[in-house]
Amino acid sequence: MVPVNYYITLSAILFSIGALGVLIRRNPLVIFMSVELMLNSANLAFVTFARMHESLNGQIFVFFIMAVAAAEVAVGLALIVQIFKTKHSINVDEMSSLKG
Amino acid sequence: MFLSESTITGFFFLAPWLVFAPVVGLLINLVFGHRFSEKAVGAVASLASGTAFVVSVLLAYSVAANHGELVRWRLAEWIHIGTLNLDWTFRVDSLSTTMMLVVSGVGTLIHIYAIGYMHEDVRFKNDVGRFRRFFVFLNLFIAAMMILVSGDSYMMLFVGWEGVGLCSFLLIGFWFEMDTLARPSWANSNAAKKAFIVNRVGDFGFLMAGFLMFWNLGSFQFDAVFKAAPALAETNPGLIVAITLFMLVGVAGKSAQFPLYVWLPDAMAGPTPVSALIHAATMVTAGVYLVTRSAPLYTLVPQAQFIVVMTGAVTALFAATIAVGQYDIKKVLAYSTISQLGFMVAAVGMGAYVAGMFHLITHAFFKALLFLSAGSVILGLERGHHHLAHAHHDEKHGKGVKTKHDDHHEEVFDPGDMRNMGGLRKTMPVTFWLYIIGTLALAGIFPFAGFWSKDEILLDAAKLYPQVYWLLAIAAFFTAFYMGRQIWMVFFGEARHEAAAHAEESPKIITIPLMVLAALSILGGALNLPYVHTLGAWLEHTVEIVEHEAPIAPWLEQSFGGLNIYVALISTVAALLAILISWLIYGRKPLKTGQIDPLKKPLSFIFTGMENKWFVDEIYQTIIINPFVKISQFLADVIDWRFWHDWFHETVIAGTYNWISETALNRYADQKGIDAFANGLGSVTQNISATMRKVQNGFVRSYALSVLLGVVIILGYLLFK
Repeated sequence: MVPVNYYITLSAILFSIGALGVLIRRNPLVIFMSVELMLNSANLAFVTFARMHESLNGQIFVFFIMAVAAAEVAVGLALIVQIFKTKHSINVDEMSSLKG
Repeated sequence: MFLSESTITGFFFLAPWLVFAPVVGLLINLVFGHRFSEKAVGAVASLASGTAFVVSVLLAYSVAANHGELVRWRLAEWIHIGTLNLDWTFRVDSLSTTMMLVVSGVGTLIHIYAIGYMHEDVRFKNDVGRFRRFFVFLNLFIAAMMILVSGDSYMMLFVGWEGVGLCSFLLIGFWFEMDTLARPSWANSNAAKKAFIVNRVGDFGFLMAGFLMFWNLGSFQFDAVFKAAPALAETNPGLIVAITLFMLVGVAGKSAQFPLYVWLPDAMAGPTPVSALIHAATMVTAGVYLVTRSAPLYTLVPQAQFIVVMTGAVTALFAATIAVGQYDIKKVLAYSTISQLGFMVAAVGMGAYVAGMFHLITHAFFKALLFLSAGSVILGLERGHHHLAHAHHDEKHGKGVKTKHDDHHEEVFDPGDMRNMGGLRKTMPVTFWLYIIGTLALAGIFPFAGFWSKDEILLDAAKLYPQVYWLLAIAAFFTAFYMGRQIWMVFFGEARHEAAAHAEESPKIITIPLMVLAALSILGGALNLPYVHTLGAWLEHTVEIVEHEAPIAPWLEQSFGGLNIYVALISTVAALLAILISWLIYGRKPLKTGQIDPLKKPLSFIFTGMENKWFVDEIYQTIIINPFVKISQFLADVIDWRFWHDWFHETVIAGTYNWISETALNRYADQKGIDAFANGLGSVTQNISATMRKVQNGFVRSYALSVLLGVVIILGYLLFK
């Protein structure tokens, strides 16, 4: 059996890649994808610990996270479509009209 | 409520009506008087006063029926604080009923007289409102005087004392906006103010006496004071002397004694009925009543008694000399009143209370008679003057010359000046005979009232204070002299003014009260005849008469029931001699128009002194009024205005205030403290927000980085804490 450490390490790596992606990419689609990556790294950790503790709680959390992530992406994609319609660009650095 | 233990029957329950009857009268006149005619107003007032007289008679009868026992009738509670218990209690005894009878009796006659007099007064001019006001004041006076004589404590007496003072002020200044000749002037109101202010000096004395009394004897009530006084006289006689002498100051003010008499001659500015009622018969005798009432106090301190006697005797002589040099018919009588009051004060001072009260009563009769007759003379002259003015008017009118009938353009005619009179016995016979009766009574000619009362005073003086006897005897001589002078000047000789030649007799409403007073002036002596001593026995119920054991001169030992033949002879001969001398000077060769007084040449500066009242008013002006005015000017101008206003208020208070508000509070506390704090708060906020604004750069990714960093920091903290 693969030790838990490996899963955790993989989860950490995935989370770091996702976070890095959120911070450095300007395309909101890619940022969304990076956010999904971070969520799924968390899912991986949950599943790992659920397996380790032989408890279903972690599994159930993962379901919830996947549902919320799907909803989030739906809202986010709708927003991106609308922004593109008005600004003809989806560069996040140009989305600063709420700045004081 | 009766305060005596024994069962007493009588009309004592009527006592409050002494005060209420005149008050009701004045209220009726005050409220409904505007609908009344003159006669009705006068009738209401006279009836009110007459009711008080009836009540007085019933009370006197009740006192007599109860063998002179004192009855106190409590009407209402007044002041009860701590040990001070003052009630409105009527004190009905032989002394107070005597005063009540005099006040209401003479008062009623004068009310009736005033109905006629006020109508004819030149200043009246058919102003019914004024007429009504006069009678309201007269009734108020009767009420106040009744409170004075019926009071059971010094404070209740003081209420009446001030009440009559107020009425005196109101009535002296009754024609406050014009003088005796109806010209616009403040002379009358000044006279009223003078009377009021001089009386304040006296009232100060009365109050001091009252305070000392309460502090040392513990009460104001007569009996309580008299009961406590002997013990205090044992331990501290100086206090009793102080009380009695302070009281004497009050007496000197109200009863016009030296040196406070100066208001009374000026008070003649009031209408003649007022002079007769207030300034001759009743109010001015309040001081004599006060001393008689306080007899138990004065008897304790002979040294104070001596000062009272001397005050009275000096006043009697001093005022009599001034009366000799006066030309105004009422002024002569005013100084005569002061002189006679001096007799009374001297009498009560030496302990001859019966003689003093006796003279008070007879004086009320004959001096009221004289004043009212003088009023009749003045009216007669005014009628003559009026007659002349009309005659002139008609004459001018007949010639077709347009002239306005106006008194202002005519020569000033003073109907009270005896130099304008003369020969009035032919034109005013009734008044003439009345005046003769009054004069004989005042001069003390047998058997008129004044003879008996004055002789009693003189006899007591001769027994107790021989020096005072001579002072009073000389004053009596002067009395007869100035009255003789007045008679010759007014009624004999030829008229010195056309008005006097055309004078007319007064109507019956004026002469009938005078006849009653004349009858009383003739018969008044019967009150206290030798051997009988009705008044003495009557007053003995109230005033304890102390028999002096002093050795008396041998010529005084022979006495016919209280009448010494030598004393009576001396005064009668002196009076007749004085009248004879006055005839030699004024009667034998009557004054001509414009002639100066025949006494002026032989007496030169002495007569000038008498004429000018010994310059007492001028002396007062110099030593009291002028310094007083100077001091008040100094106080007002320098102390109050320049020091307090200009310097203290403007510089010190306003300056300090300005400095504090401008420099300390505004510049430092407000501008540098509070403003700086508020402004600093604002700029700090601005600075911080300017710095913080840079964080809000609008890049979503940098926000995300902040969130990440925050998470890392929190996690790091949680891990490594």
